[in-house]
Amino acid sequence: MLQRILTAIVSLLAQVGEGVVFAVRAIRECVRPPFELGEIGRQIYELGWRSAPLIGASGLAVGTVLSMHTRASLERFGAEALMPSALALALVRETGPLTAGLLLSGRVGAGIGAELGAMKVTEQIDALEATAVDSFRFLVVTRVIACVIAFPILTTLMNFMGILGGYVAEHFVSGMSFRLYFQSSFQYIEFADYIPATIKTMVFGFIVATTASYLGVNTTSGTEGVGRAATRSVVVASVLLIVVNVLLVRLIGFLFPAGAGP
Amino acid sequence: MSAPPPAVRLDRVSKAFGSFRVLHELSLEVPVGHCAVILGRSGTGKSVTLKHIVGLIKPDSGRVFVEEEEVSKMEARDLARARKRIGFLFQSAALFDSITVGENVMFPLRRHTDLPEGEMRTRARTKLAQVGLDRDFDKMPAELSGGMRKRAGLARAMALDPSILLVDEPSAGLDPITSGEIDRLLLGLKQETGTTIVLVTHHMMSARTLGDELIFIDGGRVLARGTAESLERSAHAMVRQFLETQGGG
Repeated sequence: MLQRILTAIVSLLAQVGEGVVFAVRAIRECVRPPFELGEIGRQIYELGWRSAPLIGASGLAVGTVLSMHTRASLERFGAEALMPSALALALVRETGPLTAGLLLSGRVGAGIGAELGAMKVTEQIDALEATAVDSFRFLVVTRVIACVIAFPILTTLMNFMGILGGYVAEHFVSGMSFRLYFQSSFQYIEFADYIPATIKTMVFGFIVATTASYLGVNTTSGTEGVGRAATRSVVVASVLLIVVNVLLVRLIGFLFPAGAGP
Repeated sequence: MSAPPPAVRLDRVSKAFGSFRVLHELSLEVPVGHCAVILGRSGTGKSVTLKHIVGLIKPDSGRVFVEEEEVSKMEARDLARARKRIGFLFQSAALFDSITVGENVMFPLRRHTDLPEGEMRTRARTKLAQVGLDRDFDKMPAELSGGMRKRAGLARAMALDPSILLVDEPSAGLDPITSGEIDRLLLGLKQETGTTIVLVTHHMMSARTLGDELIFIDGGRVLARGTAESLERSAHAMVRQFLETQGGG
């Protein structure tokens, strides 16, 4: 029994080590030209643009629900006039980036894990190599760069749609005008709130793409393995994202005190 | 006068996956312009041998040479250069399923030539016409039958006019007529362009048509080699039995 537990721990540590080496290689290759610009563009379309409806709709729903909860809380203190500002700050600084990151780790992570897994088991990755193409640069680096570019843009979309959802809910309750709501929303938001939190999602993009790519290209056991790679991509990327988020929030608080203030 | 160096040479190559030993000090040579047919039971390391030649698998010990360059020791950049001279038809065809059949054949041309778009399309159509698929240029790989995928994979493998063609079971799952067409295509390539071919097959008809030498592998070693006629008289019962059951008579 003890032997089996030790074997499992050693195996897990070996996998983590391999994953770290994979991620370091991805960072190194991401900044080394020449870049596969055509493929990066295709991946931004596939992973980014095609995720926009999901992020937009989710942002609208999250904003609406947050608005209802925030208003109920603020009413207790007679501070409901602060609702647009409070909602916008909550969305821009944390809710938007984290929700977008988790949603994208589902859609994008599963997509990358399954696609690369299928390419592995059908020998398409070997075929790329046999055609004298560096499969790591062509498949992994392009997806990592696409995610690092797309995640902050999609997070900004989520923030905007969330604020819009908040307006819709508030308009029905208090009849507040569109102009007043948006003026109030952006009254207290500073660049120190938006920039670090949005840049944080570039790290999320890197984590999701690297994790899913690693699990995808190491797929074994045929179609069953492809399914497992997709599932594990979502689970591992989501957990990593939540843990890293805690560290990044502390780091941002340290580097940008104005953005982390109460 | 000394003989020209072989196109492909494996020198005492051994390879194991975990505790499973696939190749055990396997040595073979394929002269330039010849077709070597690798025969053997399933799981005896035939496809692994091909993957060693193109550098997809590194040997645990031993050396692999392609046109006198040792691919088993090459760095990535040199390996990529060597691979441009090698075409590889995979057992599963391994077409890129997110692009059309035509784009699959154009893929190596896009990556490794400066040809204008129109010229690339013309060359891809010519290659597809050679395998009887010129009407399927714009189809997605998922729309093709197994045999058509194999033929499209062969067209892609030939796209850069390689000097060495590695072909892994081109006839598997194909009807005898299509199989014969592929054999004639490969024979034409060998005779007209001097392409060196290393063919893995279970079809003795293909082996007889194409093979200058037949190499029978078992247990990761070369068990017997020679012409079809000499293998039929082999001292190894397994070789004789294989040829008989695969239609070697």
